[in-house]
Amino acid sequence: MADVDAGPNGLNCILWTDEARALADAAAVDALPQAGALAGIPFVAKDNIATTHLQTTCGSRILQGYVSPYEATVITRLRDAGAVLVGKTNCDEFAMGSSNENSAYGPVLNPIDRTRVPGGSSGGSAASVAAGIVRIALGSETGGSVRQPASYCGIVGVKPTYGRVSRFGLVAFASSLDQIGVFGTTVDDAALALEVIAGRDSRDATSADCPVDAYRNSRTNDLAGVVIGRPREYFPSSLDPRILRLCDEALDRLRARGATVRDVSLPHTDLAIPVYYIIAPAEASSNLARFDGVRYGLRIEAKGLREMYDSTRTLGFGPEVTRRILLGTYVLSAGYYDAYYRKAQQVRTLIAKDFRDVFDSGVHLLFTPTTPSTAFEFGAKSDPYEMYLNDIFTATANLAGVPAISVPIGDVDGLPAGGQLIARHFDEQMMFRGAYALEAERKAPA
Amino acid sequence: MAIGPDDVRHIAALARLAVPESRIPELVSQLNDILSHMDALGRVDTSNVTAVAGAGDAAMPLRADLGPPIALEHPLASFAPQLRDGFFFVPRLATHEDSGDDELSE
Repeated sequence: MADVDAGPNGLNCILWTDEARALADAAAVDALPQAGALAGIPFVAKDNIATTHLQTTCGSRILQGYVSPYEATVITRLRDAGAVLVGKTNCDEFAMGSSNENSAYGPVLNPIDRTRVPGGSSGGSAASVAAGIVRIALGSETGGSVRQPASYCGIVGVKPTYGRVSRFGLVAFASSLDQIGVFGTTVDDAALALEVIAGRDSRDATSADCPVDAYRNSRTNDLAGVVIGRPREYFPSSLDPRILRLCDEALDRLRARGATVRDVSLPHTDLAIPVYYIIAPAEASSNLARFDGVRYGLRIEAKGLREMYDSTRTLGFGPEVTRRILLGTYVLSAGYYDAYYRKAQQVRTLIAKDFRDVFDSGVHLLFTPTTPSTAFEFGAKSDPYEMYLNDIFTATANLAGVPAISVPIGDVDGLPAGGQLIARHFDEQMMFRGAYALEAERKAPA
Repeated sequence: MAIGPDDVRHIAALARLAVPESRIPELVSQLNDILSHMDALGRVDTSNVTAVAGAGDAAMPLRADLGPPIALEHPLASFAPQLRDGFFFVPRLATHEDSGDDELSE
């Protein structure tokens, strides 16, 4: 880990480690009479997931030095299965970003090409897996923050159904969208990790009481009878032709496994980014109100309470978080609520209905590109809205709450590209069935 | 609906942020640009559409305002300088220093 991440040539993907604790945990696993499903497997977790012996800063200055008094359920479940937490990973501040350039602790470098971003916001977790430091990592998704960096780094990234995984101990960004996800070097790694962390948790009222399937049993590589929808809105004429070609080849490989591919339409797709960038900042402006200098982390002393709040938050939050808090406060403020927030909630209903309609028509899976491009160079997107458009193919699944996975489908000029499979609510089994087949059919890189 | 400098100052005050005057013009420009893309929503007929607050088909779950005990890594008393009758005592704000001789406040 030190060889890959530390020093001037490091990736800056891991923020906090405790080697002695990790070694002690590993020794304790060794001493157990019966090995768990992940016995001795090292993993890392995004820095917005609570841990009791490593800091949880959300990549923000405002939480620098904060150590949670309790542990997130996902960490406990992985540790109970024998996995060993070896580090907390860098991320865009409070998970707000698509490039990892918004971290208070500096950007993460993409291990495939260090002049390029790893994606975001879970860029540190993605880079840790892509660099071979660990085989599995935890991230969080609000609009694509696992799938997009997985695509940019050439690994597998999963966003489960909303409610599939407990969020107890996940620092909230946008509560109607947030979901913990997993990265893996392979589909099998991701399936195994999700099997371990999924399921009802009495500490999270939004976690669903829905049986967890044995996802690894999906590894049949047989797609006979499976109908895959190709939504035309995800293949616009402006799509990079090289990514289009990789997607067409991926669909051919799925056909070769027995799937039927059908053109479908999700007509409100182009409204996902406007809806997302109203709802997510609105919820963030409320959730981040708790960071006021009183209860957590940074406090800037001032003469009065109001001045202390203002100074702490102004110096503690970075530019993107500040921008989104202002945007969220505006769309929730008197006179604008109906025009923006309520309207966005209504259009969100239409986006979710698009998915329901297409799945009700007999489609089992949807296939799309994960991102409109491959990893871009640092500083290439200075305009906030241009950066937001990176989420154009991923935010819809968060708005609808459906599960989705990004699987590598090939390279463009040496940079990886991902293909996305989207399934019905709580049908991760079908999602993994498609992903296993897609991965198995992929030609080894030259 | 264009945002002006006074709007940014107003929402910054609501959000408890002391945005420097030098950043106001840039924020006015960026927020207006972002909001201009939101105008596309106004062209969608939502007259018979219900607004949803969450993802998925399930209704927002409710539970009693109780929870199972949370396993804490350290005793509760270690989270603040002082604990009295189940309440945390926290450092006083500088502005209150003259109001009493106790350096902690409940």
